[in-house]
This record gives sequence, structure tokens and C-alpha cells, in this order.
Amino acid sequence: MNFDKELDARGLNCPLPILRAKKALAEVGSGQVLKILSTDPGSVKDFAAFAKQTGNELLSTAEAGGEFTFFMKKK
Amino acid sequence: MDTKKMAIIATKGTLDWAYPPFILASTAAALGYETQIFFTFYGLQLVRKDLSGLKVSPLGNPGMPMKMPFGPKWFKSINWNMPNAIQSLVPGYESVATGLMKMTIANNGVATIPDLRSLCQEAEVKFIACQMTVELFGFEHADFIDGLEYGGAATFFEFAGETDICLFI
Repeated sequence: MNFDKELDARGLNCPLPILRAKKALAEVGSGQVLKILSTDPGSVKDFAAFAKQTGNELLSTAEAGGEFTFFMKKK
Repeated sequence: MDTKKMAIIATKGTLDWAYPPFILASTAAALGYETQIFFTFYGLQLVRKDLSGLKVSPLGNPGMPMKMPFGPKWFKSINWNMPNAIQSLVPGYESVATGLMKMTIANNGVATIPDLRSLCQEAEVKFIACQMTVELFGFEHADFIDGLEYGGAATFFEFAGETDICLFI
């Protein structure tokens, strides 16, 4: 998937992936896509909840070998 | 849509209890909440310039696992909890437990309290210190970080009365 910015949140634990994502989203324009890498298993539910509450769209969530990849489109 | 609001009263002054208010406030701010924390009694420790006094005590805390943050897996899985009577006799027990806890925190990619506090401030979480307890404990305003406001119960209610979420920690 195409993306405009990448955030490496691997090794970070709650609530840092969310806080870093919020910061990274502030640096892209509306409609642009942020790719997020995470190793925190709690981040799967957290990013879904974050998207739901902020109006940003979670385009996809994928897991491979304990690593999670999210694509989020800014509102 | 109206902005959602959250108010927290932080009353505890130990390293472990420093986490819930700062984690929830920083996350709420990231979700777009207007957020305020009212620090009172021992919670005042969380807004001091010097946070090195924040410790964790396994004494009288049977829920706290005492595990080593280093060594082979079998060693890390041992729970070293001991009876209160013994803990209370060992000099520096709290400091050692705090050091080990800080190591565990770093190993798990969990933010430090100074970091979380700065993240809250960057996200414009409003900090209010209880003036009554500042005086009660003999603190000076100079002991606390900049950007703090001082007020009392009525100040807290002014904001808390309009919140969606209000927590006592």
C-alpha cells in the first residue's frame, strides 16, 4: 500500500505508539496515509479505538512474526 | 461536535501510582479530549521539579510481583516477594525495588514518568496543584514545575462539572 509517512513504534509500549501516531498524523495532510509499525499486541485494539474516536480511517491491520503494521488515513 | 473533557484527581505519590494519571491524560489528549489533572496530597510529588523521590514500595503490597529484570528466563520468573516483617528490616529495600522497577520499565519499552509528564504538557493537559496541600506539606511554588496553576476544590469543580469522564486516582 502507498503511504506518505512511516512511524516506527516497535519496542514501545502503551500509550507511546498512540501518542507517537497522533504526533505523526499532525505532520501529514488530510487524506494522506501514515504507516505504523508496532510490536505492542495491545496496539491492535488501541489503534482501532483511536481511529474510531478521532475520525481518522484505519485502512488495514496486519500481523507477521509478532510485528504489526497499520495504515491510517488522516481525516 | 463539542470537545470531550476529562478530569483526574491524582492523590498518590509513588512511582507505580504516577503512571495511571499521566498515561490516561496523555492518551485522552491524543484522542482530542480537553484534559485537566488536579494534584492533591501525595499526588503533589508528581509535579515536583525533582522526580527522583518517586519510589515503589513492595512493603504491604502483596499484589506486587518482585521479579528480576535481568538474567536467564528461569531466573526472571522467580518471585522474590518476602514477608513484610523481613522487608521492613532490610535497609534500602525500597531503593533497590525502585531501581529494579525502573530497569523493568525500560526493558519493556514503557515510558518514564518525566517523559509522560512532558508529553502531557506538550499536549496541553492542564495541571492544577492543590494550594491547601502545598502549604500543609510545607512546599514552595519553586519546588514545582512551571506551567502549574494553583487552586482549591472549587477550581476543580469548575472544570470537573462539565466533564464526560472524571477519575479519582
